[in-house]
Amino acid sequence: MTIEKPILEVEDLSKYFDVSAPLLRRLVRREGRATLRAVDRVKFSIPKGKTLSLVGESGCGKSTVARLVVGLYEPTTGKVVFDGHDMAAKHSRKEMAGLRRRFQMIFQDPFASLNPRWRVYDIIAEPIRAHGIARDEREISRRVAQNLERVKLSARDGEKFPHEFSGGQRQRISIARALASEPEFLVCDEPTSALDVSVQAQILNLMKDLQRELGLSYLFISHDLAVVYHIADYLGVMYLGRLVEVGPAREIFKNPQHPYTRMLLDAIPDLEMTGRKRIPVGGEVPSPISPPSGCHFHPRCPFANERCQREAPGVTTLSGEIDVRCHAVEEGRLAGEVEKLRMQSSAA
Amino acid sequence: MSNKKPVLEVRNLRVEFPNRRGNLVAVDDVSFTVNEGEVLGVVGESGAGKSMTGSAVIGLLEPPGRIAGGEVLLDGERIDNLSPEAMRRVRGKRIGMVFQDPLTSLNPLYTVGRQLTETIQTHQNVSDSQARKQAIDLLAEVGIPAPEKRIDQYPHQFSGGMRQRVVIALALCVNPRMIIADEPTTALDVSIQAQIIKLLKRLCEDHGAAVMLITHDMGVIAETADRVAVMYAGRIAEIGPVKDVIKNAKHPYTKGLMGSIPVVGHDLERLSQIEGSMPRLTEIPRGCAFNPRCPEVFDRCRVERPDLIDVGTSRAACWLHDPASAKKTEAAE
Repeated sequence: MTIEKPILEVEDLSKYFDVSAPLLRRLVRREGRATLRAVDRVKFSIPKGKTLSLVGESGCGKSTVARLVVGLYEPTTGKVVFDGHDMAAKHSRKEMAGLRRRFQMIFQDPFASLNPRWRVYDIIAEPIRAHGIARDEREISRRVAQNLERVKLSARDGEKFPHEFSGGQRQRISIARALASEPEFLVCDEPTSALDVSVQAQILNLMKDLQRELGLSYLFISHDLAVVYHIADYLGVMYLGRLVEVGPAREIFKNPQHPYTRMLLDAIPDLEMTGRKRIPVGGEVPSPISPPSGCHFHPRCPFANERCQREAPGVTTLSGEIDVRCHAVEEGRLAGEVEKLRMQSSAA
Repeated sequence: MSNKKPVLEVRNLRVEFPNRRGNLVAVDDVSFTVNEGEVLGVVGESGAGKSMTGSAVIGLLEPPGRIAGGEVLLDGERIDNLSPEAMRRVRGKRIGMVFQDPLTSLNPLYTVGRQLTETIQTHQNVSDSQARKQAIDLLAEVGIPAPEKRIDQYPHQFSGGMRQRVVIALALCVNPRMIIADEPTTALDVSIQAQIIKLLKRLCEDHGAAVMLITHDMGVIAETADRVAVMYAGRIAEIGPVKDVIKNAKHPYTKGLMGSIPVVGHDLERLSQIEGSMPRLTEIPRGCAFNPRCPEVFDRCRVERPDLIDVGTSRAACWLHDPASAKKTEAAE
């Protein structure tokens, strides 16, 4: 996937966690160190004003990617390039602060991410003060009011405490706080998963409106493919730390390549009850501490062969700017085998 | 409507939470039946009273919550006024339960096998080896590979999806007439969710049990349920065959809810949204509880509370479908 003038580029990004037992126990049991490869050589980029979604099941490393991008974790390998600046390179304090102002994060749980002892006004004023965007108190209060109104709350709500709001309203406050430093890029880690569907719709509409008005770019982490279909321009599918498929969202939804992407799409409940033919889903996500050899997906993959067990697949770039990591796609044998399986399952 | 026997009948159920300032009504005048071999979905947003209805049916309301009115009948026999001891026996023998979090429904200190055989032997007079054989068969039935080996393992050695299968096996131990599943797939990943849904549906068919499936996820309902009840602020807003409710909703709340769900393949710039949020139990508005958020509200909705009205194959609690109010609006125009 190559994009002209991306706002965010992630290259060869990995994060390994040391999950070894304590030293003494390791010596006694003669065990080696254990490493959890939470994120393994991930590469993608996001153009200005667009949304890239990362999807996958629990433990696939999508939230770790979000934390790496905003700098809450230090990457083990690779780099995060924000608007041409390598975030890992040496920057002066002042440069770094300038960069930090330009991206913000929205978290999943609007109950845990707002300080319960602060009034909403102070929660939203904090980034304005911290980044020195305004020093004069009148200007600060004007900006707080403006941000509250942007998220369809009223300026008077600033006097209240977070507990006086419902989950959806709290998530609006989180968004207002994120917008207060006038960022260009927001990392959203499952921002609607804790909300009811009707409230989710309000927040998704709000996020799309804000994107249009302010020209924001989003990295949107989610496990819900229907939400992703609605909000994303680009889609990345992760499985056990690896990005198995990435490209324009519409293309992938229309014509998914990687067997795991197909499986995820087939697992979505059929709300319209069309009775479409689906390949049944089998197996579960293995432990990320001891992932399967070769392609991590091979034990669940109906198209796996001996090579998939042995060798981790490299990136194959297809037409339509889609990058896939799959031997079957690379060898061009996937389409035929999918058709065969469809025939079998509809015959059965 | 099928002519199968109703297993569970709930009539005018009312659940109250007394507190200093009076009574909070969590469930208000809820009636429904679940027939043999049928899955009734109960869907609603948080605070709609769906889990509370489930807890009231199985007699597990947390005090100070109590059933303040109505009847619950299992196979034609009242179970809402039984003593706690008698109710405990009904729960074990005739009602099976599956909850959201499989880790808290299993005892971490006992092997899966011990928990299963204990349940079997409490309700059936069988020897240890017979109980063990039954337990292994159950584990095999719910799709756990190598059940002879897994039976001696502890819950922490199972993955989330496998644990939920064990919980379902526990619920099936005594061949219950009725299974109540409260958000059984909410804690699971989509691919596992699809497997558990399929399993529940198959078991319901094989055992002829009635299932009450409580969830917030319309997708799960569409895949599993035969009929669905949509709850709002403690009452049933709409109840009917799942196809009719999903594709041709009668209540404005159901319509709004369906419109706010994003669907793969639907290219919309914006999702339709219901303004506002569900009222708290302390501030349920007069008349229809949905009237402040309803796009089709008229005078009568603000004063009178609608009961369920027959509309085609479904029933909806909405004045739009009352012939009398239709005449009135025409006259007003």
